[in-house]
Amino acid sequence: MASLRDIKGKINSTKKTRKITKAMQMVSAAKLNRAQMQATAYHSYTDKLREVVGNIASANKGSLRHPMLQTRPVKKTGYLILTAERGLAGAYNNNVIKRVNQMIKERHKSSDEYTVIVIGRMGFNHFRHRDVTIAAEKLGLPDQPSFDDVKEIAKLAVGMFEDQEIDELFMIYNHFKSAISQEVRDVKLLPLADVETSSETATYEYEPDAEEVLETLLPLYAEGLIYGALLDAKAAEHAARMTAMQSSTDNATELIDKYTLQYNRARQAAITQEISEIVGGASALQ
Amino acid sequence: MNTINTSIVTPNGTVYEGDVHMISVHATAGDMGILPNHIPVVAPLKISAVKLKHEGTEEYVAVSGGFIEVRRGSTVTIITEAAEKKEDIDVERAQRAKEAAQEKLSGLNEKTAAYAEAEKELQRAENRLQVASL
Repeated sequence: MASLRDIKGKINSTKKTRKITKAMQMVSAAKLNRAQMQATAYHSYTDKLREVVGNIASANKGSLRHPMLQTRPVKKTGYLILTAERGLAGAYNNNVIKRVNQMIKERHKSSDEYTVIVIGRMGFNHFRHRDVTIAAEKLGLPDQPSFDDVKEIAKLAVGMFEDQEIDELFMIYNHFKSAISQEVRDVKLLPLADVETSSETATYEYEPDAEEVLETLLPLYAEGLIYGALLDAKAAEHAARMTAMQSSTDNATELIDKYTLQYNRARQAAITQEISEIVGGASALQ
Repeated sequence: MNTINTSIVTPNGTVYEGDVHMISVHATAGDMGILPNHIPVVAPLKISAVKLKHEGTEEYVAVSGGFIEVRRGSTVTIITEAAEKKEDIDVERAQRAKEAAQEKLSGLNEKTAAYAEAEKELQRAENRLQVASL
């Protein structure tokens, strides 16, 4: 049986761990709040953008010829993977990575048929050691990423499609469903096949013409979608971390209770032993 | 008098929202003045200043590209990657950005993509400075 001192030490170290997980849980809760606010502020932008793109697309059905709208034979697929900078968020990163590996396995035979673009250190560290070409990575994103932080990698991903380096682009990330549940999503980002068409189609004049407008609009739209997904993923990350830290705090509490019980038993045993020794000693003297 | 319901939207939130009497913008195809009941139009914008006129007062907003959408019923939306109102512009920061962009430009080959990118950065910084001085 462990000595009193050992158990005391275990209790103390578990208490310290619990303090840390509790603090991390509260930090994540605050960050989640802010991430959600940021995501809401962003919605108005994406909604407007989608409206205009949808309007133009439905007003000129079929007559639009923009490379980003056209499906071409797929020789190479790009995967844009959104992971976190750190772990300690339950299955958050693993879920995304698992989905990517599964998609790759199902869709490709050799490794020259695809390439990945990774956001977040966890994903980067995973794919770095595997037979996967990483076209680009973005590490060290802050918890509240601004559009400028993401612009570079979003432009690059969209640029790769435009330059025909890749023929389709998928985006895999965790979608924030609620504070306790996240869901892995894989979205086909490019080509923009199914731009939602709004019911009321306004007829616009285009200055100078529809093609020119699409030329600036579509990249903006695609980059906007990437940024939107990232904000969604960040909210999911904070939520996942909050839940993970919550359950480890609970676990620590349970452990401490168990150790305290052990400690009390051990102490009681020591006292009993001492008494019986004294009694034994006294009776030996008589 | 008729007004135009205007909003300027960026990924980081709405920068401007309100009713104005006239908007003038610099589109890539040329300058445009928009009055109430304008025909629906969509046009890409230059990195430039947007002027919002409301009765006697004028407001300026620096936008970095994007586009303007005019809808039936006098509703105007400007969607852009970044926009700043004149009074929100940090002149010192813009000045620093301008210098950094100039430095970058001097070390780059004219035909590379990085050059075009740096040139845009310079334009944005200059645009902010110009709007701030209006």
